Amino acid sequence: MGDFEPTIIAFVCNWCTYTAADLAGTARLGYPPNVRLIRVMCTGMVDPKYVIKAFLEGADAVLVSGCHPGDCHYINGNFKARRRIKLLKEILPQFGFGDERLRLTWIGASDGIQFAETIKDMVAQVKALGPNEAKAMMVI
Amino acid sequence: MAKTAIIDVKDGNLLVSLQEFFRSILNLEDISAILVPQHLPMKNVVMPTLVTDPEQLDGADPLAPVFPMNAAKIVASLTRKPMGGKVAVVLRPCEIRAFIELLKLKQGRIEEVILVGIDCLGTYKNVDYTQIVGEEKPEFTSRFYGHVLSGNIEVVEGFDLTPACKACEHPVPSNADILIGLFGVDTNKNLLVQAQTPKGEDLYNSLDLSRAEEPPERAAAVESLISERTAYRDKMFAETTEATNSLDKLTTYLANCVNCYNCRVACPVCYCKECVFVTDVFNHEPVQYLRWANRKGVIKMPTDTIFFHITRIAHMSTACVGCGQCTNACPNDIPVMELFRTVSYRTQKAFEYEAGRSIEDDPPLSVFREDELTDIVGIGKA
Repeated sequence: MGDFEPTIIAFVCNWCTYTAADLAGTARLGYPPNVRLIRVMCTGMVDPKYVIKAFLEGADAVLVSGCHPGDCHYINGNFKARRRIKLLKEILPQFGFGDERLRLTWIGASDGIQFAETIKDMVAQVKALGPNEAKAMMVI
Repeated sequence: MAKTAIIDVKDGNLLVSLQEFFRSILNLEDISAILVPQHLPMKNVVMPTLVTDPEQLDGADPLAPVFPMNAAKIVASLTRKPMGGKVAVVLRPCEIRAFIELLKLKQGRIEEVILVGIDCLGTYKNVDYTQIVGEEKPEFTSRFYGHVLSGNIEVVEGFDLTPACKACEHPVPSNADILIGLFGVDTNKNLLVQAQTPKGEDLYNSLDLSRAEEPPERAAAVESLISERTAYRDKMFAETTEATNSLDKLTTYLANCVNCYNCRVACPVCYCKECVFVTDVFNHEPVQYLRWANRKGVIKMPTDTIFFHITRIAHMSTACVGCGQCTNACPNDIPVMELFRTVSYRTQKAFEYEAGRSIEDDPPLSVFREDELTDIVGIGKA
């Protein structure tokens, strides 16, 4: 799997993790370019179908990342997101999308370093897992 | 303690006795109508009917082994706004459970409804029923319940009850205001009527019923039926898991799907007025298809089939009552119910929820606690 470069789709909230990613950039912290950031207003708006779509289109992993508990700009969107991720973690492994391919993290606006570390670690993990089998299939 | 009564069955004919009982309910002053399945005069089918005239109950047959649709949807449409009268609705256990879910999703109201539940003997697929019943109408129902209540599974050679019914561990209605019991009762002679809620007791008190004890055999009869069903269910779960545990296998499982979305239309708990899958979101740009095809070399058309099913699982599996109407509605014989029940069992368990169990339990995705699920956060590192 030497050449395998995973693609990670990350749904990041406008107020915390997106800002953290921005901070990582302005601070010139390096992290692997395997992640595609999708900025959402809140993790609470990430419908399960966004995650399912990402996997069916061939994403090797999906990250949903928002504010720490208590810090949500919309008071409790991140708690709702946590229930949805729990739901997906019950469903997706049934169909062969391993539990490790879907991650939920809380990364605050000032945690640029943590953002870079998280991406670095995730890319290493997904490289070890190998590619998502959906990529080679004729389903969309 | 539930109030229990016995009503006499004349000449061993359950249907006539049930019709009489429904008539006595409809004759009550504060009951405006009764919703009950009836044989339609114009064709040999059984459909829910809304009856206000007690003389129009001669075709009522809640024991006919078919339910062309889950009537919870009908009860929801009757109750979404004040109706101006009380309606007694005669439902199967899975229809009551689906209605409980719809109530929690604010799709109907309970105030003007009296839930009358009947011990469920199971059903055939719509198409099978039409074939089996031929020209017989209530006669077939009599033959059917006679066989089933005496423990005979195969009533008609070559036809079997639906897998949904065989895997159903709720043959006895829960949450009914009035329960009509058949299991463990000598149905040649009598039927059991039980008030299970205060609302049911009010109705019970205004009917002229003779109080009695629940037959001691009933509990054991129900228990053995449930354990038989549970065994079938668990085997079905194991087989379905094995048949769908990779994307490749799931694609095979759903290969006949033509994206007709009948399963969603038939589903009692898929309540969105407009499903995202029929909106413009899925009316892709023509160039998009070519782009997908270019990326993979080949794509299966129509697209979004697997996407639809997994998304539907994510959206409604915590409310799935396992009624099997999805399989019933599938034009291509995909065992949809087996897949949905297998996953739903997991998702409901994960949130310690059971669809239709109680009106008090909040639907798992409508609430949260601050101090829960901490183990799913993070990327698996300390």
